[in-house]
Amino acid sequence: MNRFCSLVSGLVFGLGLTLSGMTNPEKVINFLNIFRAWDPSLAFVMIGAILISAPFFYLAKNKNKPLFAETFSWPTLKEIDSKLILGSLMFGIGWGLIGLCPGPAIASISLLSQPSFTFILSMLAGFSLIRAYNLIK
Amino acid sequence: MTIINFTPISSFLGGLLIGLAVVIFFLGNGRIAGISGITNNLLFSKTNRLDNLLFILGIILGPILIQFFTGTPIPFVIETSLVMLVSAGLLVGVGTAIGGGCTSGHGVCGISRFSSRSLVATLLFMGAAILTVLFKGMI
Repeated sequence: MNRFCSLVSGLVFGLGLTLSGMTNPEKVINFLNIFRAWDPSLAFVMIGAILISAPFFYLAKNKNKPLFAETFSWPTLKEIDSKLILGSLMFGIGWGLIGLCPGPAIASISLLSQPSFTFILSMLAGFSLIRAYNLIK
Repeated sequence: MTIINFTPISSFLGGLLIGLAVVIFFLGNGRIAGISGITNNLLFSKTNRLDNLLFILGIILGPILIQFFTGTPIPFVIETSLVMLVSAGLLVGVGTAIGGGCTSGHGVCGISRFSSRSLVATLLFMGAAILTVLFKGMI
């Protein structure tokens, strides 16, 4: 059942990304272009998502376990450190350069776009670099 | 500043679906639907590998289903400069790995949990992205 749950969550996520317009890099760039010709639509994606998920995260605090797993994996990191700051800034620059963040990049695999494959492979190379760095550290 | 291509309703409805996906994944499997983390772990970690794979497959199926039912191609306009694509991909990969999340993990899940760490991350990556688009438009 937990397998089915993973597939359904991913599918609903992918439907939401596509319907919202997040999967189109041009729309993302227009959303980030607040000083010129601005398309504010994608702000409503975050508002909609948080409106649904916030109450359920709040309710889950009083629950012992999820439906199909043994424990809730609550994030444990609380500290606002230099890694969080540096990493988020780097991510933001990369996002602004092309208009793809990880979710829409993955969703765009279905569109078989060669530039998007180049982006995804580079993103995976980025993941690998940090894994390798952490291994030798 | 002028407003263009404004689609608040479909974007809001898409947002509601993303929120629903986050809720299903957390109440069902107890996990945070952060896409950078799930993709990263799918590559490098044996833990929950099949779940991560199914989640990713689900995301890929999303646009296919919408295209199938609406009969219109999904709009996708992207820059084609190799240098830009590789730099952006590397920055997104390294940045989300160091910062522990992206638009979904920090921006949606973190803010929904009222995590100050995720709020800081979201303000920083939004700010950096807005400035990047501003500066790129100048050159």
